[in-house]
Amino acid sequence: MDWDIIEESIPAILHALPVTLGLIGTSLLIGFVLAVLVALGQLQKAWLISRSAHFFVYIFRSSPLLIQIFLIYYGSGQLRDELSAVGLWHLFREPWFCAILALSLNTAAYTAEIIRGGIKSVPMDLLEAGEAIGMNKQQLFRRITFPLAIRQALPAYGNEVILMVKSSSLASTITIMDITGVYKEIASEYFSPLEPLLIAGSIYLLLNFIVTQLIAYFERRLAI
Amino acid sequence: MDVSILSWGDTGWGDEFFFATLMTLAVATCSFLLGLVIAVLAASMKLSQRRWLIFLANIYTTVVRGIPELLVIYLIFYGSGTLLMSIASSLFGIHDYIEMPIFLMGVLCIGLSSGAYSTEVIRGAVQAVPTGTIEAAQAMGMPVLVRFRRILVPQTIRFALPGLGNVWQLTLKETSLISVIGLTEIVRISQIGAGSEKKPFIFFITALLLFLILASLSNRAYKLLEARAEKGVRVN
Repeated sequence: MDWDIIEESIPAILHALPVTLGLIGTSLLIGFVLAVLVALGQLQKAWLISRSAHFFVYIFRSSPLLIQIFLIYYGSGQLRDELSAVGLWHLFREPWFCAILALSLNTAAYTAEIIRGGIKSVPMDLLEAGEAIGMNKQQLFRRITFPLAIRQALPAYGNEVILMVKSSSLASTITIMDITGVYKEIASEYFSPLEPLLIAGSIYLLLNFIVTQLIAYFERRLAI
Repeated sequence: MDVSILSWGDTGWGDEFFFATLMTLAVATCSFLLGLVIAVLAASMKLSQRRWLIFLANIYTTVVRGIPELLVIYLIFYGSGTLLMSIASSLFGIHDYIEMPIFLMGVLCIGLSSGAYSTEVIRGAVQAVPTGTIEAAQAMGMPVLVRFRRILVPQTIRFALPGLGNVWQLTLKETSLISVIGLTEIVRISQIGAGSEKKPFIFFITALLLFLILASLSNRAYKLLEARAEKGVRVN
């Protein structure tokens, strides 16, 4: 154990914390909004909408996130002319944009399944009661289905957030210097991987601990 | 889009992709099996009466499930050589440069992570076995080992199968991370191909499709296994 390396890696790794938090926060936010749309799409009666929502979920859940990131970041290079034509190339050139896009789509697919399960768990008689007192479709969804579905989906969503904390590390493979990126740099520079791992690993463990506590807090607050 | 680049032979990448897929399957299978061995050990530690065994197993599952796999991979990649060399020089007086084979390193990394998830599945399955069946076996005077083999194991397997199916899918996807240390599995071969042919999209979309195929195939195989494990069990 070399204390000099530990001393040197603490500020460097802490410096990368905002990058990791930014990746996680932004993709969770975008991913959640997308997930609600996809889950609703899956439950639509219209064949085309429900099929394409299911297809989206199938693709993103059955393939590794690393390939999704590479496909968006490197793969878009082959489609440069097409992307320039629609004015999107300057976005796909940015590793940040590609990482957030891949992470958001990935978490959207997993979260959509969780939300769909939550929506399906809402008892029919509650909806019938809502209808009986004259609520329209939007009111039923906003006042009955959505709040109950979210409560039901919360524990599973907590697991998904923990997975996202871990998944955000893959952004380091496309040159983003998040905690894992900085860790790799230090580990290969000093050729001693253990000391910086203690720092980087504890930060990830701490993040996940905070996530579990937050989810537990919301579960208690929203207890039915 | 020109797909002749994916043909079999010297000019195309079809054969390279085929062998890379076999490599992915080999890493996934070995890691999953190593994970199962670790999981049986860790689950029995968790179900034991000794405090410190439970504590150790809990540390293993919490840490491995709480930190990114990439960190573990880099740790083993950069650390195993140094560790092996220091062992070799202190025990045997060998000072040569030693490096662990990449395949072994990959299996070790993914196996460790797969094992942490399997541990929870197996622990849950053992706990789901109805105590009545074990008490009945005891009452019949079945020796411990026979009880273990005839009553506990078959029921545990049946309860654990759905969870283990999920762990397998997870392990399969996680093998892609081994590409960062240079093992030529599906992702690595698409990186090499994308670099030399300057057609990244077609290579990575092929990699994605290969994983979809593997996932669907293993889903089908898993359904067969599940049907087998439920033989003779009344299910509604």
